Amino acid sequence: MLITGRLTVAVVAVILTGYVLGVRGNDDNRAQQRDAMVEEIENNVVATRAYLDKEALDPRVMAAMRQVERHRFVPERQRPYAYLNRPLPIGHGQTISQPYIVALMTDLLETQPGDRVFELGTGSGYQAAVLAEMAVDVYTVEIVEPLGEQARKRFESLGYDAVRTRIGDGYYGWPEHDPFDGIIVTAAASHVPPPLLGQLRPGGRMVIPVGSPFLTQQLVVVTKHEDGSVTTRQILPVRFVPLTGSHDNN
Amino acid sequence: MAGNRQRTPLVTVALISAAALGYEILLMRLFSIVQWHHLAYMVISLALLGFGASGTLICIARSFFERNILAVLYGSAMLFAVTAPGMFLWVSSFEFNPDALLFDLTQFRLLAATYFLLALPFFFAANTIGVALICFPQRIGAVYACDLVGAGVGSVGVILLLFVVFPVCALAVVGAIGFVAAGTAAVEIGCRRRTAAVMLAGILALSTGLLTPAVGTLPVSQYKGLSRTLRVPGTVVETERSGPLGLVTAVSSRVTPLRHAPGLSLAANVEPPEQVALFVDSDNPTVINRFSHGKGELSFLDYLTTALPYHLRRPAQVLVLGAGGGQDVLQALVNDARHVDAVEMNPDLVALVRDEFDEFSGHVYNDARVRVHVSEARGFVSRAPDRYDLAVISLLDAFGASSAGLYSLNETYLYTVEAIGRYLDVLNPRGMLAISRWVKNPPRDNIKLFATAVTAARLSGIQEVGRHIVQIRGWQTSTLLISRSPFSSAEIELLRSFCAERWFDVVWYPGITPSEPNQFNQLREPYFFQAAQKLLSIDAEAFVSAYKFNIKPATDNAPYYFHFLRWRTVPEILALRGQGGLPLLEGGYLILIATLIQAIIAGAVLIVLPVFLVAKRSDPVRAIRGKLRVFLYFLFLGLGFIFVEIAFIQKLILFLSHPLYAVAVVLTAFLVFAGLGSAASRSLVARLGAGQIVLTATLTTALLSLFYYLVLDSALAWLHVASDFTRITVTVLAIAPLAFAMGLPFPVALARLSERARSLVPWAWAINGCASVVSAVLATVIAIHLGLNAVVIIAALLYVAAGHLLPDPKVVA
Repeated sequence: MLITGRLTVAVVAVILTGYVLGVRGNDDNRAQQRDAMVEEIENNVVATRAYLDKEALDPRVMAAMRQVERHRFVPERQRPYAYLNRPLPIGHGQTISQPYIVALMTDLLETQPGDRVFELGTGSGYQAAVLAEMAVDVYTVEIVEPLGEQARKRFESLGYDAVRTRIGDGYYGWPEHDPFDGIIVTAAASHVPPPLLGQLRPGGRMVIPVGSPFLTQQLVVVTKHEDGSVTTRQILPVRFVPLTGSHDNN
Repeated sequence: MAGNRQRTPLVTVALISAAALGYEILLMRLFSIVQWHHLAYMVISLALLGFGASGTLICIARSFFERNILAVLYGSAMLFAVTAPGMFLWVSSFEFNPDALLFDLTQFRLLAATYFLLALPFFFAANTIGVALICFPQRIGAVYACDLVGAGVGSVGVILLLFVVFPVCALAVVGAIGFVAAGTAAVEIGCRRRTAAVMLAGILALSTGLLTPAVGTLPVSQYKGLSRTLRVPGTVVETERSGPLGLVTAVSSRVTPLRHAPGLSLAANVEPPEQVALFVDSDNPTVINRFSHGKGELSFLDYLTTALPYHLRRPAQVLVLGAGGGQDVLQALVNDARHVDAVEMNPDLVALVRDEFDEFSGHVYNDARVRVHVSEARGFVSRAPDRYDLAVISLLDAFGASSAGLYSLNETYLYTVEAIGRYLDVLNPRGMLAISRWVKNPPRDNIKLFATAVTAARLSGIQEVGRHIVQIRGWQTSTLLISRSPFSSAEIELLRSFCAERWFDVVWYPGITPSEPNQFNQLREPYFFQAAQKLLSIDAEAFVSAYKFNIKPATDNAPYYFHFLRWRTVPEILALRGQGGLPLLEGGYLILIATLIQAIIAGAVLIVLPVFLVAKRSDPVRAIRGKLRVFLYFLFLGLGFIFVEIAFIQKLILFLSHPLYAVAVVLTAFLVFAGLGSAASRSLVARLGAGQIVLTATLTTALLSLFYYLVLDSALAWLHVASDFTRITVTVLAIAPLAFAMGLPFPVALARLSERARSLVPWAWAINGCASVVSAVLATVIAIHLGLNAVVIIAALLYVAAGHLLPDPKVVA
């Protein structure tokens, strides 16, 4: 009896140690994968720098990308691919964007700590978490209930208290907290909702990825100037010049 | 070998052939609804190789097939009946996502499974026909005739069927026909338990109808617009209508408004009214706006780029091509148009707006000022009753998608040089043509449109084209105007203030200066303006050929406006993969090429396999020499037949002014008259000899198809005012002798083979099956690069060559 009891304890102890070590190992491994992912993004930015008008993305963005555990934002089945530089399906016809695109969009918002950002379309919540890591207050709205609910729980369990969530129609923004320093429109919208533009602070920026769920064609940055007028910049995420020769030579 | 009591299973062959062709067309429809039509094209092309695979199997196991005629016929027909609906339903439950193919390798497994499973019904259908061909050698002409006529009836039958039932029901009908064919096989071949076999088939045929409701709705991909919209709380499907041009789903929302207003100016402080969205094949919505004739209700329309023409002039007579849910018609009405001709090809869209949502839409299609025409745009324009102050084509991709569902390639006759020329022809001397399109970045679509406009305007005799064109853009949409009279400086002032108030950019207007474009919606360079400048200069040609996308204007001969990809740009794009560069690849064309490569490889394997297996037994060198001739003969015929068919369907879309008429009339006429040719082949050979018949038939085919091609355009101009009935009659009469000749060479050579080298009959059947698949894809590739004329010329050459390759009985023996 005694022997069996000791054996049981020993076996349990071995299993537990293995489990703890395994988890530790897993976490270390994931941190390494994140580092590799960030390095890949940095290389991509270097290749695209002439097009982005900058040598590198804001180091705070890269630090945030290194921090946020992307694998916690994807369905169980997709976890092995969480740190590959590619979009992943999250169900309900939605995706979590390619990390490189998330980094670019975050950078294009040009936020400062303490800024308020409104997000139309919470999705997995990954984008909001990246912003929260940069000490930004995020107000995010999701219309698909199960997605919004899932994201809310995620923010809670991961301690992203700076992210305020709501489930519903985001067309009218979040007037209780406007004006916003930045707005991200990730939900498929046929146009920029005029009320959102109204809630953007003069000098603030709005970023809209355009394309299909899996393929971002371009990023549109809407800038609201001090006089209330608005301009957009249409940015290809890649260095691609449609004209051969001609203006490269100019 | 067939015994004496057995009748040749002609009815069975005709039924199975009809069901298989109907199934093919139906699959195209079904896939367009649950996935995207370019995927349908790829999958179905490959699945058709089931025909080739059947020939290969019969080659290898010929004696088994000959000993078990009834079992094979009955079993294959039954299995076709089960697998035709069954495999589609299974495959459509896969979580397959073509977009993810680019980076998710597991998707390839699903794709491969899809190919395999969908090839099964075609394989079983081909078994039935193949067995009939080898077991009843004395009736080869009749069997092949029934195959062709059955296919002809099946193709027109399924199109007619789709007018009355939903695609899922049509799928059940196809299955039921399979069971009926099993029953007829039992009757025609005869067996001890004939009654039981027939009854079983009958009961199964009837029960497919009962099972249909259990299928419920089709599992539409979660990434399609309709699926995504339906996830929004409060959205409901109001009604659905189905026809051969597409499945129209009307969606409304009681909680979250739909708010479809692409291209809305950032300066707009207005919202779209309540809307009902009409999805065609679960994507590309067009909307019906709620309108109760109140003031300001539709003010959002004034903040779209499409509002431009109404700010420059006051058009009284307006033509809207692709009217859809009626937004462009409303825009004309609120801008005081006195009369609007609204043209829409899809009768279901029109019926929904005019009947079910009449009140909601403010009676827009029943308005006294509006006349709605259910017609294809080009066809309507060629017979237009009036002259217009404004002709409008706005964001018609939904319109295009509905027409492409049936013949899944990306051709469109709306944006060719000839098309723009015809639109200009129906304008008053001060009339304008307005075309709005999505803005693509890097720029290609709008630049191609500009190039097309310049070319068409020059061809219609407009001098100083730059004074007749203006173009503006927001960040989403762009509008181009071509005017028959030059734009005045007062109009240019109106254009500039229109843009400035709405934060739209000017791309081109007469007198524009380089500092003006690219103000509000900034690209890295003022690409659109630079392109416009170049395209109006003498450097236009050099600019077009140096551009990294294909922006050469599309023509009726190569109507592939949406084909932008250039091979030399592909390596650059692939290198940009990590930075999200893949969206620059335009999938459609690459899928076409991938399909072609797959079809050639799979076809080659299926054709070569039996040669190796047979060659072991005799002198291989001699065997192959004889076979090479057989191979080339049937390959050329297989390629040539489909080339001619496809080229004529394409060309006659304009002549018959409707893609459905073209497909139905041309396919049916070709198959039925070729069937008659095949039926007559035996008696003709008896009188004139095989060699003489084949030589005459192939030469006739080559000369007639070339002759028709030369006279077609003039016939089009001559007969364009004639009634539909006249034009269909002329078409059928013209096709009759051509198709009759095309029906001869295949059965004549097959009969000759069956006398001296029966083992080669199923092989020839396999070659023909594989060649037909390859040729359908190859014809499109040739048309994109060299034009449809080239397809016809190549087909004529193939027929001439085949005429000289009729297998010599001594060698093949």
